[in-house]
Amino acid sequence: MWALFLRDIRLNIRAGGGALTGVIFFLAVIATIPFGVGPDLKLLARIGPAILWIGALLSCLLGLDRLFQADREDGSLDLLVLGNDRHMLALTVLTKCLAHWAGSVLPLVIAAPLLGLLMNMEPLGIGATALTLLVGTPAITFIGAAGAAVAVALPRGGLLISVLVLPLTIPVLIFGVSASYGATANPDPFLQPFLILAALTLFLAVLGPVSAALALRHGTD
Amino acid sequence: MRLIAENLGGERGGDTVFSDIGFALEEGQALVVTGPNGSGKSTLLRVIAGLLPVAEGSVKIEGGGEAFPSVASACHYLGHQNAMKPALSVAENLRFWRDFNGDGQLGVEEGLETVGLGGIGHLPFGYLSTGQRRRAAIAKLLVSHRPLWLVDEPTAGLDKASEGRFAGLMARHCAEGGMIVAATHLPLGLDGAKGLVMGELLPQQGTAS
Repeated sequence: MWALFLRDIRLNIRAGGGALTGVIFFLAVIATIPFGVGPDLKLLARIGPAILWIGALLSCLLGLDRLFQADREDGSLDLLVLGNDRHMLALTVLTKCLAHWAGSVLPLVIAAPLLGLLMNMEPLGIGATALTLLVGTPAITFIGAAGAAVAVALPRGGLLISVLVLPLTIPVLIFGVSASYGATANPDPFLQPFLILAALTLFLAVLGPVSAALALRHGTD
Repeated sequence: MRLIAENLGGERGGDTVFSDIGFALEEGQALVVTGPNGSGKSTLLRVIAGLLPVAEGSVKIEGGGEAFPSVASACHYLGHQNAMKPALSVAENLRFWRDFNGDGQLGVEEGLETVGLGGIGHLPFGYLSTGQRRRAAIAKLLVSHRPLWLVDEPTAGLDKASEGRFAGLMARHCAEGGMIVAATHLPLGLDGAKGLVMGELLPQQGTAS
C-alpha cells in the first residue's frame, strides 16, 4: 500500500501530474474575486471564508477525473482490481484517495492562508478557514473517488464527475463555511459545525472508497 | 495445482462471443489460444482472470491452498497494455509492481537483465521503444511469483531475438511448475503446449439459445 501511495505522489509531482493545476486555478479564482466585487474591504472580509471554501471545492474537482482514468488507460487498473485478494480493493482506493489528497489538495490548503490575505481576512479567520479546509477537503476527495469510479470508462468524464459530485459535497461546504464563520463572528458556534465536518470526513472515508471499489469491480470491460 | 474451465462462455456487450470452452491445465502445462480476430481470445483471458463476469459455466483453480484461493490471486495478467507509467523510470515502475504484488522472486535489476534491458532502469518508461516497453512489462511477470501467467499477444512488437528469449522464459516457468495461457497469432515456440482454436465449432452468433 505504501508503494502505491508513493507511486501516486511521484506521478502527481512529476511532469504531467496535476499538483500545480489545482493551485493555479485556486489562485485565479480568488485573485479575480476582489476585482469583481470591488474595493469594499469590509465586504471582502465578510465573504472571505465562503469564497476560499468555494474556490477550494472547485479546485478539488478539477483533477478528480484522472484519479482512475489514467490507471485505466495504461492497464494498471486491471492489475489493481486483480490484486483484490491481497489488498482489498476498497483499501487500494483509499490509498489512492489519500495520495491524491496529499499531492493535489494539500497544496490548496497550504495556499489558502496566503490567498486569505487577498480577501482582507483577519488572522484568526484565516487560521480557522485553513483548519476547516484541512479537515473537510478529504471528504470531497472521498466523494469524488466514487464519482470518478462511476465515470471511469467515459471519455469525457470530467464534467459528469463534477455534476455527480457537486450536490453531494454541499453538506461539507455548509459545515466548513459555518465553522469558519463561527471562529470570528461571536454568537456563532465554532466547535459544533467543526465536529460535524470531521464526522462527515470520517464517514465518507469509509463510504466513498467502498462504493468506488464496487463501481470499479463491476465497471471493467 | 490445476486450472479448470468447464463449459465456459463469455459475452461482450450482451453478445455471446464464445461458449462451451473447456480445458484443464496441470502444473507445468501451457495452453496456446489461437483464432482469427474477434474470435474472443482476449475476452477468454479476461474471463479467466475474473475481470469480466462468467456468462456461463465456471473457471476455477484447484489446489491453490491458502496462498492462491482464486484465479485472480494466482495469476499474472499481461494484457495489450503494459500497465507502466511513462513518467516514472523503468526501475521505479517495476519496483512498484514488485512491492504491490508481493511474493518477490527476482530483483528489479535481475529482472531487467533477464529480458535484455540491463542498465536502462533509470530511463523514464515513456522513452522506450514499443518492443522495449513490452520487454519491461514481461520483466514484471518475473519480479513477483505467480503460478499462472495469462498473456495476451505477449510477443507483439518484439524482435526475433526477444521472441526467442521470451519462449525460453515461458519454458522455464513451465519447467518450474507454472502454468501459462497465451492468446496469440504468432507461434510462441512453446514445445508440448496444448492448443485451443477459437472461432471454430462454435454456434453462429445469435443462434446460441
